[in-house]
Amino acid sequence: MKEYDIVIVGGGPAGLAAALTAASCAASVLLVDDGLQLGGQLIKQTHKFFGSSEQFAGIRGIEIADNFIDKIKKSPNIDILTQATATGYYEDGILTILEGLNGNSLVKVKPRCLIVATGAAENMLPFINNDLPGVYGAGAVQTLMNVYGVVPGEKVLMVGAGNIGLIVAYQLIQAKIKVEAIVEAMPCIGGYWVHASKIARLGVPIYTSCTLKEVRGKEQVEGATICNIDKKFCFISQSEKDLDVDTICLAVGLSPLSELLWQTGCEMNYIPELCGYVALRDENMRTSSEKIYIAGDVTGIEEASSAMIEGQIAGLNATASLGFYHKEYTKLNSKYKRQLSQLRNNIMSEAINRGIQKVIIQKGETHVYSH
Amino acid sequence: MDDNTIICRCEDVTWGEIRKQLDKGYTTLDEIKRITRAGMGRCQGKTCQRVLLNAIARYLNKKVEEIPLSKFRPPTKPVPLGVLAGDKND
Repeated sequence: MKEYDIVIVGGGPAGLAAALTAASCAASVLLVDDGLQLGGQLIKQTHKFFGSSEQFAGIRGIEIADNFIDKIKKSPNIDILTQATATGYYEDGILTILEGLNGNSLVKVKPRCLIVATGAAENMLPFINNDLPGVYGAGAVQTLMNVYGVVPGEKVLMVGAGNIGLIVAYQLIQAKIKVEAIVEAMPCIGGYWVHASKIARLGVPIYTSCTLKEVRGKEQVEGATICNIDKKFCFISQSEKDLDVDTICLAVGLSPLSELLWQTGCEMNYIPELCGYVALRDENMRTSSEKIYIAGDVTGIEEASSAMIEGQIAGLNATASLGFYHKEYTKLNSKYKRQLSQLRNNIMSEAINRGIQKVIIQKGETHVYSH
Repeated sequence: MDDNTIICRCEDVTWGEIRKQLDKGYTTLDEIKRITRAGMGRCQGKTCQRVLLNAIARYLNKKVEEIPLSKFRPPTKPVPLGVLAGDKND
């Protein structure tokens, strides 16, 4: 069985950044990802990033991924496994990985430290006929269009006006698909107004305090009914509106993919601000299990920019815990943390900051590490 | 929620089937899983667990975090038995 200093599960923005950082500290690294190629959600993000130049502002997600992957492939101390799912972490510290397109071989590795960067899964909504072909997650639609060049349908209803809903709606329009409407259950638009305005200018109505009630169709989606809701999220009678659509796009949030973390036995808590169950962790991204670090959306739903910095912090500190100190460890560690707090120093990050306060293991706080 | 609404798409379990069990007093995720198979299909609950937890919480008038979760055991996704049996890398 092969041993590695660091094994990273998840090759999205957090995992890519963690791998490069860990490798720069001379540790042996294995990067495991279940996709056909590395990059996670970055490879379908054709839009340019916001923020500062350190977080790749003005660069498209797909280019950020290419840049990382290129460097990772050139790193002699990083092994890569794609089409590989980490299926279990056992008491003796062994990680099992199911490899191959059809899952036909089982690999076991022994990491000295594990970085879990498994990301998130799209939320489902319960409504009548939610199992009809034509009902998609917005992320799935983005993958179909931007990675595989396949359009999902002709007339779309987007459910959810957060950033994912708004960006995917705009990209659908760019692909010459008609977006009939966007509905948002909350009383106001959740995403950035710059995205919402762009869509509104193109004539797409955005209905707030409104949600999807029912989808119609026999073999596939043939139409949808939307309905206004009150403050308690109950349908308001007589406010239904029928839409002629063949595709439903659900952009109703993400949940951290935490199964592997549960298996490690680290302490978990339900934090609504972070969108589900997440692991407690210290400012170096170490969980309550000494050998387990986390980064990215599995720590709480946020953005690719923060995921990359968390990956750097996790990579730097996981290797340091094994005795591989980067020659500029102190400088880099404080630089990354400063960048992260700058990134979160805005009104949109209020909930994130509140959530983090609930899961952070303070420095000097006596914590009995489980092994 | 309408009784015909599908909660678990992998195993085709409707809200009506789940509500019937809740009415009988089976209110934990584990009990619902074992009786109805909700969350035991191909995706292992990645899609429906959150929906199910919210629905149980609403039915019991409790918070989501008050509903006990089931134990998470490996594997995180179905592994063919032949792959396990054929493993010679020990």
